[in-house]
Amino acid sequence: MEKKMGVYICSGCGLGDALDMEALAEVASSDYSVPVCKQHSFLCSPEGRDLIQSDFDKGEIDTAVIAACSPRVMTDVFNFSLDKVVERVNLREQVIWSHPANDEDTQMMAQDFLRMGIVKATETLPPVPFEAENLSKRILVVGGGLAGITAAREAAKAGYETVLVEKSDQLGGYLKNVFKLPPSQPPYEELQSFDLEALVGELSSQPGVKVYTGAQVSQISGAPCMFDVQISQNGGQVQERVGSIVLATGSVEYDPQKLGHLGYGQFPDVITAGALETMFKSGNVQRPSNGQPVNSVGFILCAGSRDPEHLPYCSAACCVESLKQAKYFKEANPEAAVYLFYKDIRANGNYELLYKQLQKDGAFFVRGTVTGIEDDGSGGLMVLADDVLTRSPIMSESLELVVLANGMVPTTALGEPSRATAPKEGEEAAEVPADTILASNILNLQYRQGPELPALKYGFPDSHFVCFPYESRRTGIYPAGTVRAPMDYARAMDDATGAALKAIQCVEMVSEGKAVHPRAGDLSYPEFFMQRCTQCKRCTEECPFGAINEDEKGNPLPNPTRCRRCGVCMGACPERIISFKNYSVGMIGNIIKSIQVPDEYDEKPRILILACENDAYPALDMAGIRRMGYNPWVRILPVRCLGSMNLVWIADALSKGIDGILLLGCKHGDDYQCHFVKGSELANIRMSKIQETLNRLVLESDRVQLQQISITDYHRLPQILDDFSARLEEVGPNPYKGY
Amino acid sequence: MADSLNGNRSILVVGGGMSGLSAALEAAEAGSQVYLVEKEPYLGGRVARMNQYFPKLCPPNCGLEINFRRIKGNPLIRFFTMAEVEKIEGQAGNFDVVIKTRPRYINEKCTGCGLCASAAETEISNVFNYGLDKVKAAYLPHEFAFPMRYVLAPEVIGTPEAEKIKAACPYDAIDTAMQPEQFDLKVGAIIWATGWEPYAAEKIIYYGGGKHKNVISNVMMERLAAFNGPTGGKITRPSDGGEVQKIAFIQCAGSRDENHLPYCSGICCLASLKQSTYLLEQNPQASVSIYYIDIRALGKYEDFYMKVQADERVTLIKGKAGEITEDPATGMVTVQVEDQATGKILKEQYDLVVLATGMVPSSASGKVPADVSYDDNGFILSTQPTAGIIGAGCVKRPVDVSSSVQDATAAALKAIQATCRR
Repeated sequence: MEKKMGVYICSGCGLGDALDMEALAEVASSDYSVPVCKQHSFLCSPEGRDLIQSDFDKGEIDTAVIAACSPRVMTDVFNFSLDKVVERVNLREQVIWSHPANDEDTQMMAQDFLRMGIVKATETLPPVPFEAENLSKRILVVGGGLAGITAAREAAKAGYETVLVEKSDQLGGYLKNVFKLPPSQPPYEELQSFDLEALVGELSSQPGVKVYTGAQVSQISGAPCMFDVQISQNGGQVQERVGSIVLATGSVEYDPQKLGHLGYGQFPDVITAGALETMFKSGNVQRPSNGQPVNSVGFILCAGSRDPEHLPYCSAACCVESLKQAKYFKEANPEAAVYLFYKDIRANGNYELLYKQLQKDGAFFVRGTVTGIEDDGSGGLMVLADDVLTRSPIMSESLELVVLANGMVPTTALGEPSRATAPKEGEEAAEVPADTILASNILNLQYRQGPELPALKYGFPDSHFVCFPYESRRTGIYPAGTVRAPMDYARAMDDATGAALKAIQCVEMVSEGKAVHPRAGDLSYPEFFMQRCTQCKRCTEECPFGAINEDEKGNPLPNPTRCRRCGVCMGACPERIISFKNYSVGMIGNIIKSIQVPDEYDEKPRILILACENDAYPALDMAGIRRMGYNPWVRILPVRCLGSMNLVWIADALSKGIDGILLLGCKHGDDYQCHFVKGSELANIRMSKIQETLNRLVLESDRVQLQQISITDYHRLPQILDDFSARLEEVGPNPYKGY
Repeated sequence: MADSLNGNRSILVVGGGMSGLSAALEAAEAGSQVYLVEKEPYLGGRVARMNQYFPKLCPPNCGLEINFRRIKGNPLIRFFTMAEVEKIEGQAGNFDVVIKTRPRYINEKCTGCGLCASAAETEISNVFNYGLDKVKAAYLPHEFAFPMRYVLAPEVIGTPEAEKIKAACPYDAIDTAMQPEQFDLKVGAIIWATGWEPYAAEKIIYYGGGKHKNVISNVMMERLAAFNGPTGGKITRPSDGGEVQKIAFIQCAGSRDENHLPYCSGICCLASLKQSTYLLEQNPQASVSIYYIDIRALGKYEDFYMKVQADERVTLIKGKAGEITEDPATGMVTVQVEDQATGKILKEQYDLVVLATGMVPSSASGKVPADVSYDDNGFILSTQPTAGIIGAGCVKRPVDVSSSVQDATAAALKAIQATCRR
């Protein structure tokens, strides 16, 4: 269907003074024969907006190109109904605020940006949301400890049907053996009792809650709103269809057998924190060696944790847990000798007051490194340590019990890598480093990339993002509680409640065909033109979210409800068969081709910038807001993610005569900032293959460069652009100009 | 979806910082109508004034940009800036709330062009930079400000300058007659996420905060290190703009102290470790001393602690600083402390001392105008007498950014429950 396009050019904010408006309008009406082309001196005013709205209403246009300020601003004003295509051309922040007024080069830039906008609008179709079949809004919770019970209860309380799967015969997890909780209410000095039965009762009294105990998830196939879960219980299999998943399988204690240097296994009176908790819970606290009561006890904190030989991380809860257990002894017998050997007492927030209380109670805090535990000859144990404070080796008095605060290990870390990470002999190393996926037998996902959530450092499947702690790498699966990160009881409950909300949000959005974070609400999704697929598997391998499965022949089987709409698959595909209705390889290629390249003798080089739209693009806007001024040869093209960059665009640009291409993407590596996890890294890997293209065109490799830019790096931008431009000058003009 | 537009099913979020933004977005993306109320002229709260987050050393504006995009694209969220809650009546599922707005003196016709700022002459203290520099009386709070709309300071209202500024605006966006306004909202639940304030450094008299020029608070350090801060990102001595070679961080400045804040503020250890990297990054020859009681780097933050600790330019000294004195001639400041490892009394001179002041919940002074329980320090308790009013983020306990978001996400579900049970 032929588009009815209108181009609306704003002359406000100094645009009319800095640019030749008539020449701009000429681009639309002559070059592109756009039927409706109007100017307004204040386009974001109600009158300006009405101008566009009435053209839509009268049916004169179905597509509007608005050449004015940045698409980051005035979004509420230029917001028309969803079936209308609206494209914004950034003439203010990225043209007149960053380049001199009434200048030939500034004008050329504005005209190119308008061309690019018109081409983009021409090729954009309004997205048609994906409709899930037989969709479910039920929530599956895997794990029935504190976090799992909480997540299920909270989801149910919001009116969502919930399925809970717990592997043991009873709900409660670690809590089953817990005597009391650390204080969460003022005055924060007394321990709190709690009632597990009441907690479980509250869960089962909620309507719409189905609990499977003694059960395991043997398989999960499908995608958000369409997950099919096989649960094995009592030798049988049950099938449940759910919409999203909370992973709450918690953690296990660090294996005390590995703590022989702290006397575990050697002395029966050296026990774990968990064993002590069980003793108090049962009301039977005695020395394992002789069954006698305990009047003196030493706690060894960081037993395993904060130790590069064992768990390099801090287990976060053990300091407070040990304070709590020390309090058990002081409550039972104020005269009991209680020692805590520590590196730092990490009693954050109001737990500080419990720490203070223990000091008042007369517990001894010894800051030092425990060097050994010895039998003192009288049947007691001696803790040897180097006291950091007094600089001397010290020895405890004879202790009747030693408790190791042995830290926690996420259940997701218990498993071997699901596929070999190192290439077999004779095989080439994978170009794209695969995620580490440990076969921990928890979710058993039928995903091409592996059966569990990708493990981040130390096996935690948590989020890498400070701002978005629930963003796992598998859409619709939200880890919560100690499986996600080491945390205490109160935190685990909050965490589980938050994960329940994310699970609910996922089913609500997906059921309307919308993407979840970070392109929340996006209705577009990738479509595959399968006739041309060569089964190269790049899309299925590179998707950062494991959204694409494969059939036995290697054909991609997309799962639109797992998709985050980053376009990484589109960038990966050498056959260019993956497209969104409003974003495609061909569209961007045509936008690039719309840039006018002056011939060599004009000495006006052209640089194409492909900029990550969340970070690099706003950074360029910021340079404009600060009127910083930068190189006039650049032509900026925002992309969803640098990972969506298809190499053919580089060829398109170079064969058009564009002198250089600069890719501005987010930081990659350990502290990556890419919101699609691997987009900028993948773009960087693809860069290494650019050589092939350049060789074919007999061009220099310096013509294509990738720079890692954060949103606040705008002060670096002018220099980066000038340096690149200077390098291109050395290399000389692209010989393909004019072809 | 239709019934979520009903007032009783909608949610009011008070506070547009990290917690409030997250709570509002998480609830709206789950299908609830949300009203977000922020007292400053822009959203983003305290994190907008930070240079980087630990442990990734990434810029807060990156996540804020995503959150602002989420707001722009979501018709279920309406936000109000320069607004505060005046009154709350009713109960869960049926609250009547009165919102009061302060005049911005610039209306929605503002295009963000900046001609008003060019016309303004009066300069006022720049609150965004904690008063470390000045800004024109017609100003954009900062370049990432969302909404991108200028503010006219009340200081010039009624002066000829205001008329001159008004005349400079071609869009009729300046309205010097703007008055405070009130309006009513009907909502089903309220999330209180007004965040925190740094503990006033002046209250710790023996540290000379607010008195010695080269003794600053950690929040000011964020501004000094930020490119959009008062020094263009160069960390210099406030006394003379001189270079900083030696810097000290005083941990628990106020926190873990019964005379000030009895609790641990939870984030200051990591903040100081992070701020050490700010200086070392721009001045590789600099040296850093951190005086601490315990380094509280929980969970995987331990990695970040280890990384900074391994830098030989960073010295960690266990000891609570006793007194800080100033040499008025040179501006140098001397920290006196007993090194607990050696028992020696140390006296070290520094170019700049950063007080790692703790977090005071904003709810300690700005109470919820409803029946809400607090602890002695002003933190909102998690169980409340009025169902449907939910605290989130640093008003509940001192937490880092990730935990605020987590807590705010949980609060969003609690709010949805309060509205859907009717």
